[in-house]
Amino acid sequence: MQLNAIQIILVVLVSFLAGMEGILDEFHFHQPVIACTLIGLVTGHLIPCVILGGTLQMVALGWANIGAAVAPDVALASVASSIILVLGGDFDAKGINSAFAVAIPLAVAGLLLTILVRTISTGIVHIMDRAAEQGSFRKIEMWQYIAICLQGLRIAIPAAMILAVGAGPVKALLHMMPKTLTDGLAIGGGMVVAVGYAMVINMMASREVWPFFAIGFVLAAIDKLTLIGLGAIGLSLALIYLKLEKSGGSGSGSGDSGAGGSNTGDPVGDIIDNY
Amino acid sequence: MADQVKISKKDRLSVWWRSTFIQGSWNYERMQNGGWAYSLIPVLKKLYTTKEDRAAALKRHLEFFNCHPYMASPILGVTMALEEDRANGADIDDVAIQGVKVGMMGPLAGIGDPVFWFTVKPIIGAVAASLAYAGNIMGPILYFVAWNVIRMAFMWYSQEFGYKAGSKITDDMSGGLLKDVTKGASILGMFILGALIDRWVVVKFTPVVSTTKLQKGAYIDWSSLPSGLTGVKEALIQQKDGLSLTMHQVTTLQDNLDLLIPGLAGLLLTFLCMWLLRKKVSPIIQILGLFVIGVGFHYLGIM
Repeated sequence: MQLNAIQIILVVLVSFLAGMEGILDEFHFHQPVIACTLIGLVTGHLIPCVILGGTLQMVALGWANIGAAVAPDVALASVASSIILVLGGDFDAKGINSAFAVAIPLAVAGLLLTILVRTISTGIVHIMDRAAEQGSFRKIEMWQYIAICLQGLRIAIPAAMILAVGAGPVKALLHMMPKTLTDGLAIGGGMVVAVGYAMVINMMASREVWPFFAIGFVLAAIDKLTLIGLGAIGLSLALIYLKLEKSGGSGSGSGDSGAGGSNTGDPVGDIIDNY
Repeated sequence: MADQVKISKKDRLSVWWRSTFIQGSWNYERMQNGGWAYSLIPVLKKLYTTKEDRAAALKRHLEFFNCHPYMASPILGVTMALEEDRANGADIDDVAIQGVKVGMMGPLAGIGDPVFWFTVKPIIGAVAASLAYAGNIMGPILYFVAWNVIRMAFMWYSQEFGYKAGSKITDDMSGGLLKDVTKGASILGMFILGALIDRWVVVKFTPVVSTTKLQKGAYIDWSSLPSGLTGVKEALIQQKDGLSLTMHQVTTLQDNLDLLIPGLAGLLLTFLCMWLLRKKVSPIIQILGLFVIGVGFHYLGIM
């Protein structure tokens, strides 16, 4: 379908917002469930985009920017894939699936752009250093805003480029993909979730908390328990554990590292390590 | 003392709002330093009036800084308190201020990552995603409201806490409460991770292990059903009674695996990814690799 001028401007604006948030990580406009919804809202195809956002969000649950490491870029993935979904004009399950399939390569491409902008920002803080010597608050503020805008443009420019190319080529590209490929990508999509979870477990695991992982895994097989229900069970377990640990006195657990990333005292981790 | 400079609540609110943009100029050399200085500007402006003092203060706060973006708030609070004392004549040198910043950012980042990225975000995200997946607009709304209310409240109250506690906060860090929060979060986080892996890591093997012919009476005998809608009704009733739709019972590899415990393949895949991560295989390569495997195995008919 074709978008009118106002819709195009709004889509680019949403992309800009998502790009800013991709680095700020505060309001979370870049999270798929929100970014895709916003694109859907301004283009008038709300529900398919919400579904696409939910699908992508599931994959991106465990992705986080930790320290200097950057996760695959959800901002570009969500914005670009929902624009492609809207331009493609297929709003059934198949259309959503093929938009989802292009999202992951886009997330990797977005990562490269993030690294580029973060390198440019190194130059910007050197300009800030000079502003500091003059004691100029105004200049530091200005360069902070410029740096944020660069992050916004990181997503807004690719989004505008997809819009400029138009529905035809995008559609043709999607139709070129054979069914084995799109189905296979969907199967792969079901598995990539594991990578994010593995990253998180590597950060949190310790001897103390592995049993809770096992309980969660087994209980989740009961279909009637919703995620909110599981959350309540997990929260109760944590509270009970903390309470018992205190009243237990001698504090056998206190020597263990809690969270915080150290892998010592992590039996499963050690097995995995030594394997 | 008449000429005491005090930081007002308005200044602190301004710092709180600005700290939203702390990662804006994130760079490979000094990471969040630009955003940190930007956030503190309202306070520095109030406390220091001469050009020399302002330049010195800005330089001091353009040093290396990197923390979890929300966990920077308590540190901002403490730093404000220290700068206030310093401007009022207390003997606090640059090294002390930098020391407090560096000393707090490591441990606090260690709390922020498990609490926000690995507990709050996956839980809110999973609930929102499952709503959105079903086409429910409440999904995104719920995510946005819940996340931002939690975040903004945390940032404001922890910054206020830091400001009031001043330099004493480093003592509180070793205290019980924060340790409990971290441990509680990792328990809840691991529990939820276990559940999410079972529910959302989808690995399905399609090869057929066995096809057994069922006994008569265990399947719906289509030829003996009455014709028309009564036949459909009869078939549905029989299926509800547990009769099979076909004459053969097909057992796939997946059915056998599910008998052990549902989601086992997903769990093993997660362990494999953990192992690969520890062998320093980049997550990006793993993600692309899994897509290649997905396409390849599907082509071969295994998945």
